[in-house]
Amino acid sequence: MALLEINGLSKDFGGLRAINGLDIHVDEGEIVSVIGPNGAGKTTFFNLITGMETPDEGNILFGDLNVVGLRPNQILQLGMARTFQNVRLFPAMTVLENVMVGQHCRTRAGVLGAIFKTPGQRAEEAIIEEKAKEVLSFFGTRLAGYRHDQLSMMLSYANRRRLEIARAMATEPRLLLLDEPTAGMNPRETVELTELIGQLRSERGFTIILIEHDMQVVRNVSDRVVVLDHGVKLVEGSYDHVSTDEKVIEAYLGRPAEREG
Amino acid sequence: MAQVEVPPAVVEVELRPAPPVDMRRALRLGFSGGAAMVLVAATGIVATFQERMVIDPILPLGLMFLYIVALAFGWMAGQPPQTLEGFAPARVSGRNYGAGTLAGGLAGLCIGVLVILMSVFDLRGVFVELSPALQSILTFDLAVPVAVVVIAAISAVAGALGAGIHALPTRTKKTLLPALTWVVIFSLMTDLFGQLFTGLSLDWLTTRLYPRRGGPLTITGAVIVFVVFLALHWYLSGRDTSMRQQVSAMPRRRRLGVRTAATGALLIVLYFVPQVMGPFVSQILVTAGIFLLMALGLNIVVGYAGLLDLGYVAFFAVGAYTAAIFTSPQSPAFTPQLALIAALPFVVLAAAIAGIMVATPVIRMRGDYLAIVTLGFGEIARILLNSEWLSPYFGGAQGITNIPDLQLGPFHFNTPQDYFYPIFLFVIVAAYITLALQNSRWGRAWMAMREDESVAEAMGVNIVTAKLSAFVVGAILASFGGSLYGAQIGSVFPHSFDIVVSITILVIIIVGGMGSVPGVALGAVVLIVLPNLLREFSEYQFLFYGVLLIAMMLKRPEGFIPSKRRAQELHQEEVAQDAWLEIYGEKGATGEPIPEGKT
Repeated sequence: MALLEINGLSKDFGGLRAINGLDIHVDEGEIVSVIGPNGAGKTTFFNLITGMETPDEGNILFGDLNVVGLRPNQILQLGMARTFQNVRLFPAMTVLENVMVGQHCRTRAGVLGAIFKTPGQRAEEAIIEEKAKEVLSFFGTRLAGYRHDQLSMMLSYANRRRLEIARAMATEPRLLLLDEPTAGMNPRETVELTELIGQLRSERGFTIILIEHDMQVVRNVSDRVVVLDHGVKLVEGSYDHVSTDEKVIEAYLGRPAEREG
Repeated sequence: MAQVEVPPAVVEVELRPAPPVDMRRALRLGFSGGAAMVLVAATGIVATFQERMVIDPILPLGLMFLYIVALAFGWMAGQPPQTLEGFAPARVSGRNYGAGTLAGGLAGLCIGVLVILMSVFDLRGVFVELSPALQSILTFDLAVPVAVVVIAAISAVAGALGAGIHALPTRTKKTLLPALTWVVIFSLMTDLFGQLFTGLSLDWLTTRLYPRRGGPLTITGAVIVFVVFLALHWYLSGRDTSMRQQVSAMPRRRRLGVRTAATGALLIVLYFVPQVMGPFVSQILVTAGIFLLMALGLNIVVGYAGLLDLGYVAFFAVGAYTAAIFTSPQSPAFTPQLALIAALPFVVLAAAIAGIMVATPVIRMRGDYLAIVTLGFGEIARILLNSEWLSPYFGGAQGITNIPDLQLGPFHFNTPQDYFYPIFLFVIVAAYITLALQNSRWGRAWMAMREDESVAEAMGVNIVTAKLSAFVVGAILASFGGSLYGAQIGSVFPHSFDIVVSITILVIIIVGGMGSVPGVALGAVVLIVLPNLLREFSEYQFLFYGVLLIAMMLKRPEGFIPSKRRAQELHQEEVAQDAWLEIYGEKGATGEPIPEGKT
C-alpha cells in the first residue's frame, strides 16, 4: 500500500523549474533512495513534501490525505519527519532538549499547566524525558550519559547528524526523510550509520526516503532508487538496474565526447 | 558498533616559558588611558567632584577618579598573558611593573599635554569644562613644567600599583580589593548608610563614620570600614569550600532544612527592609521592583522566545490604564470603581488582548522587522493614550488621576514601605513563572523558535501559538507592573509610557544576563537602584550607562549573571576546552577509570 503518493509535482523558482512533473510513490516499510547530481532538485523535493515550500502544481497524498497547503507542523503531526542536509539543530539547547522538542507534537500540556505544575503536566514531562532518552539510546553510547546535558553546538559533526535523526525519531513519524545523513562522516561512521538506517526500519518500523551521495550507502540500504536530474525523474528501480542505466551515467558524468576523425 | 575512543595519554612535557608581557600593548594602552583621562577631565568630572571628598580631607573624588583611570590601565598593561597549554604559568616580574608604569606614565603625559595646551590657549570656547579652576586642580597650583612632571609621576605610580595587583597572592587580593571597594561604597552612599544605621538604631555608628551629618567619610571612618571589611573578607576567603558547596554536600534532609531556614531568614530580612530603610530607599526599591517585574516578563519574550520587542512599554501602559479606569472615580467614561484586586482579572484580560493584537501582525516576521513593528506599537499606544480623539476614555494628556490605593482586607497600602510587599510578591511570582516555564513543553518550543524558526516549525512547533503565548505571558507580567505602578503613584499620564522605558527594560536584561532570574534582578539593581542612590552624580548618569554598556558588550556580552547556556554559547571554545580537560585531563591524570558513558 502506498504511504506516500506524489502526482505531477512541480515547483518554479522564478524562471527555474526546480521540480518538473514528478510522480513518485513510496510503499509502507520501504527504503527509497533519491539520488542525482547537484542541483537536481532533491532537497527541494523534501522541502515540498514537508510543507516548507508550497508546490505550484501537483498532489502529495500522505496516507489518504492531500498535504499540499498544510503548514510544516501539521504535516509533521501527520507523521512525516525530516533531517536537514546542512544540519540544523537548536544550537544553544542541550542534546536532550533538542530531542524533547521533537515530542512537542505528541504532547498537549499548555503554559498554564507548566505554571501550576498540574499532575497531568508533570506526568507528561516525565514521559517526554523518558521517550527522549530512549530515542537517544538508539545510538548506543554516542549520545549517552553526560552528552545529554551538553549544548548541541558542542557536538562533533557526526554526532550532530545523529542528533538530528534522533530529534526526527522523537516525533514518532511513519515516514522519515533523511537528507544526506552520512555527509561529513568518516568511512567507519558511515558504515555504522548505514547499519542504523536498516535498523530504523527493522526495529522502529519507519518507512524511509533517503537523499544520499555515497553510493555504498545507497546500495546497502535501498529497496529502490529514484534518480532525479533537472527536476525530472530520470530512472527508477533497483540499485543494480539504476547504476548501469546509460541516462544516469550521462547525468553524472556527461556524454562521452565525440571523437573527431 | 560503538567505538571506544581512547583518551589521549597524559605525557610529561617540558613546559615552555610563558611569553613576556607585551610592551607594545602597554604603549597602546597608555595612549588609550590618556584619552580616557582627558575625557574625564574634559567632561568636567574632575572639577565638579573636586569638593566632594571620598575620605575627608585627604582624598577628593575628582582627582581620585582621574588617577583611578591610570591605575586601571596600568592593571591592564601589567596583566600577565593567559596561561596556554604547554606553557608554564606566567610570573609577575619587573617587566609587568614596567608595563604598568609605562601605560600609567604615558596616560599622565597626555594630561600633561592637556595642561600645557590649557595654559597656552583658551580652550573653553570648545570644551566648556576646561576652565581655569580645572587647570589649578590638575596642576596642584604648580608651575606648568613642574606640574607636567608631577602628573606623569603620579600616573606612573598609579599604573605601577595597578600592575602590582597581579603580584598579590590570591587571598590578599580577595581581601584587600573588596575592603577598598567597601570604603568607596561607604563614602559614595552616605545617605543610604546613614538611613540604614538610623533604622537599625545604630546612630552612634553614623557619628563615628560621618561626623558631619550627611557629610563625607572621615579618615577614622574609612579606617573603621576598611578594617572591618578586611577582617570579614579575610575570614571568608580562608574557607576551603564555599557555603554553597558545603550545603550541596549535606545529606538530603539536612540540605532541605538548611535551605528552608535560609529562605525563611531571607523572608524575615525582606520583611524588615522597608521599615529599616525608610520611605526614600523604599520608593527606590518599589520602582526597581516594578522594573524587575517587567524585565522578567520581557525576558520571556526576548530571552526565551527570541522575539525582540522594542515596544514592551505598551503592555505596561495597558496594565496601568486598565487598572486606573476600573478603580479611579476620575476615570472619564466608565467608573466601576472596583478595588484593585477585583480589577486585576480585567487587567489580565486587557493585557492578553493587547498581547494578541501585537503578536498577530508579526506572526510571519522575524528579527529586525519584528523589532521595528513592535517599536511602532509602543509609540502607537502612547500617542493614542495622549490623543484628543480618545481623551473621553483615557483623559488625554491629563491622564487619569485619583487612583485609589491598594487595599487587601484590613490592609491599606499607602506609603512606599507598604507597597514594597505586594510588589515583591509579584516579583517572586514572576520569577517562579520564569523558572517553571524554562523546563516545560512551551519553554522548549520558544527556545527552539528562537534558535531556528523554520526548523522549529518543521519539528512540530506551531509558530502562531508559540508567538502568541510568549507575547501574552510577557504582556500579563508587564500589566501587573503597570497596575501596581498606577496605584502607587495615584495617577497615570501618557508621558510615563515613553520608549525610554522599553529601552531601559531591555538594557536591564542584557546587562544582567538574558534568561537568568538572578541576572535580571542584578540588572535592575544596577540600572534602577544605583542611579537613584547616587543622585549627586545624575549629571553623568548617561555617560556611565554608555561606558558600562560598551564595557559589558566587549568583555562580558552574556551579562553579569548569565544563564549557564548563554555563557557557554558566547564562550564556546573555552568551554569546549574545559569540558575536554574535565573529561580526559583530570580523570586520565589521576589514573581513575573513565566513567561509563563518557567514551
